[in-house]
Amino acid sequence: MSGTVLIHLIIYAAVATFGGVVAYRFFKMWRMPMHLRWELYPVAHEYAKARYGGSILEEIDWWTKERDKSLMGELRVMIPEMTLLVALFEHNRKLWYRSFPFHFGLYCLAGLIGLIVLGALMELIGMDVSAQAGFLGAAVYYATIALAFVGLTLAFAGAFGLYILRKTDHGLREFASFGTMFNLVAFMAVLGVAWLAFAFADGDFELTRGFVGGLITFDLNRPVGSFLVGLEVVLATLLMAYIPMTHMSHFFLKWFTYHKIRWDDEPNEVGSDVEKKIIEQVQYPVSWAADHIKGDGRKNWVDIATEEME
Amino acid sequence: MADKLKIEDISKDVDQVSHVNKMECTPLPEPYGLETMPDWKKLSDDARSNYCASLDDTLVLNIPKPKSKEEEDALVRKFLSGLEKLFSKENNWTFLQPLTLSMENCAKCQTCSDACHIYTSSGKNDLYRPTYRSEILRRVYFKYFKPGGKYFAKWRHGDIDLNWRTVTRLAELAYRCNLCRRCAQTCPIGVDNALIAHDLRKLFSQELGIHAKELHDRGAMLQLKVGSSTGMNPEVVKDNIEFIDEDTSEKTGMDIKTPWDVKGADILLIHNAGEILAWPENHGAFAALFQAAGISWTLSSESMDALGYDNINYGLFYDDFMLAKVAIKHAKAAQKLGVKKMVLGECGHAHKALTVIADRVLTGDLNIRRESSMTLMEEIVFRGNLKFDPSRNDFPVTLHDPCNMVRNMGIVQPQRRILNRIAPRFREMTPHGVENYCCGGGSGFAIMSGHNFEDWRAQVSGRKKMEQILGAFKDELDPSIDKYVCAPCSNCKGQIRDLIKYYDMWNKSHISYGGLVELIVNCMEDAKPGFIEWEMH
Repeated sequence: MSGTVLIHLIIYAAVATFGGVVAYRFFKMWRMPMHLRWELYPVAHEYAKARYGGSILEEIDWWTKERDKSLMGELRVMIPEMTLLVALFEHNRKLWYRSFPFHFGLYCLAGLIGLIVLGALMELIGMDVSAQAGFLGAAVYYATIALAFVGLTLAFAGAFGLYILRKTDHGLREFASFGTMFNLVAFMAVLGVAWLAFAFADGDFELTRGFVGGLITFDLNRPVGSFLVGLEVVLATLLMAYIPMTHMSHFFLKWFTYHKIRWDDEPNEVGSDVEKKIIEQVQYPVSWAADHIKGDGRKNWVDIATEEME
Repeated sequence: MADKLKIEDISKDVDQVSHVNKMECTPLPEPYGLETMPDWKKLSDDARSNYCASLDDTLVLNIPKPKSKEEEDALVRKFLSGLEKLFSKENNWTFLQPLTLSMENCAKCQTCSDACHIYTSSGKNDLYRPTYRSEILRRVYFKYFKPGGKYFAKWRHGDIDLNWRTVTRLAELAYRCNLCRRCAQTCPIGVDNALIAHDLRKLFSQELGIHAKELHDRGAMLQLKVGSSTGMNPEVVKDNIEFIDEDTSEKTGMDIKTPWDVKGADILLIHNAGEILAWPENHGAFAALFQAAGISWTLSSESMDALGYDNINYGLFYDDFMLAKVAIKHAKAAQKLGVKKMVLGECGHAHKALTVIADRVLTGDLNIRRESSMTLMEEIVFRGNLKFDPSRNDFPVTLHDPCNMVRNMGIVQPQRRILNRIAPRFREMTPHGVENYCCGGGSGFAIMSGHNFEDWRAQVSGRKKMEQILGAFKDELDPSIDKYVCAPCSNCKGQIRDLIKYYDMWNKSHISYGGLVELIVNCMEDAKPGFIEWEMH
């Protein structure tokens, strides 16, 4: 097997791993039992009341009132939170100065991948992507370079800033494991190689676009054309595959912590799906061993919850 | 700054992991400076020698020291067995998803630490970081329950030496958190360290039978046996209410008669029974207000297969099964009377336990409508058929937001609209509403005073609330001005009462406290003036 083929296979495997791990962890979380209500106010879809943290429970005979489930209310919180890390800005400014450029840089790099794929597809159908191309081709060409510059700069600076802060701040240092620091070093390494490739080997992404075109068409023998570019693409995809296996999985599991916990205020109505799930779940057998429970693996949850104490 | 602590210190063979130096606590304004703070009562030699008391300067759980290697090993074995159950859907469907998310997604950014009143008030003692106990548990979880954990977890997540000291200190450390969830509110990812403390308490209670006696033996168990954690049986509670009716009739000039066990009443009012003993004026005010408003209501004297006159549910703080047992019996009391709804008196944790948490326990006929007394009182005050004279409340008033009712249920405005209507000198604490600070008595601490825990509760967990109260009254601390901290929650009131006594705030600044309904009746024109009595109680 040639080195070129091997690079292709590594990249396919890494992308598949990324997708597979994200899907596995998402569905594993999705399939967990419905939990008891544990919301935390403000609940964003309470559109008007969310401004001060209120809820429908402020209303007399609240069950006769229509629940506010505003998507706009959620978007009003989610979009700034995802793009600007508002919670961190408000509660931990020192970290935000490092974390925001890191995350925003990564968003730019995600956009960069999108533009490289778009450019590769355009070239595959015969369109030109260059400074001399028509409006669309030139726009993709310049936007790719701009996103690369901004994304690589911000993400590297952010990762470096986070590394230094985690090394020097007592609270952060004590809680940072080898794995935490390794993650940051891995990001710096991948971003550093990317900078070198960008600066010295493929400043206009022509090689990368061509290589990605080969990936799309399964042309396993299409050469990368540059050692630095090849190294960068391999490292970046391996890092991408690794991310969802770590606590950085919060980039998609955060959906649960907000939508399924903090904002889950769905009341239990007689005959509702919520009630059906409760009735199913209280049948689970229990094996807690304390004397006041004496779960033997046969008694179920509701047996114990309703038995009289001795 | 307190001594810097490492995660590994929790496992070490030392006399005490950490120490709170009162001179490192956050300072309060004069005349409550650091030098005026009482010295802590020291833990007795007996406590030190008999119990696992090597975490910090105080003790809640009284876990007997293991006497042999077998007992030491059994503690570790049972802990691991409980931890496994905590992550099984059968044993912990109630919180499996939020717990797993909090265990696996923390970025360890420490944003939560600065939101925690216990950590900041203690002079930033590392032991009290919301993340400290979570990180210990997390390391155990990754080491023992994740594939490859034995070999790789120490590199990826950090190592931990799991021995009997780690286990017993972790149990004790679960009781250094008020479960107020202010930390969770600030977490950018949505990790909930209070939930981890809560589920740790559950693990110890449900698997090892280790719990605070105030919550279990003298709390939930006593309630299930006699009807109330106060020990009052139905005869005693009826006698007490009769006395309160007489006293309230005398004070208000109204003929107050509390209705008992009225079938088909619109409302079953259910108090924290501690009110009836410690703050009888609270029930008296409810009775006067409801009677004046012409409401169809009743109390329930159920005490055996249903629980009708004590809304407390301490299971909320430490044990899902105790929570469910009590909640189901509360609902049965309402079911037996056929009322339209249950109204929770001024008790924050009872609000949350019965209205929100038990919402996914009660099904079918037991799913009886539950409502806050805050909203009902707002309805009464603004309905227009009662007249109020706010000039009777012409004294500085501030409002404490009970975490369970406000941050955890979103009941924020009704109490404020009432105060703005009836208390002309009402002012907010900073911060307030859903960003409030816990009183320091949350999660059951208000009823715990064993050993020297009262010192810890007043000087560490209650310190931020002290600061907020003094801040709200900062221009009027002179003892010639009577001031009122309105705390519409029984446990919070207990903690604020203890703070006032501990710091001698009544004598030094004439700061008193009470509920919301007392303020309403104090200015209700149907009642004689002077319902609120200005004395330390």
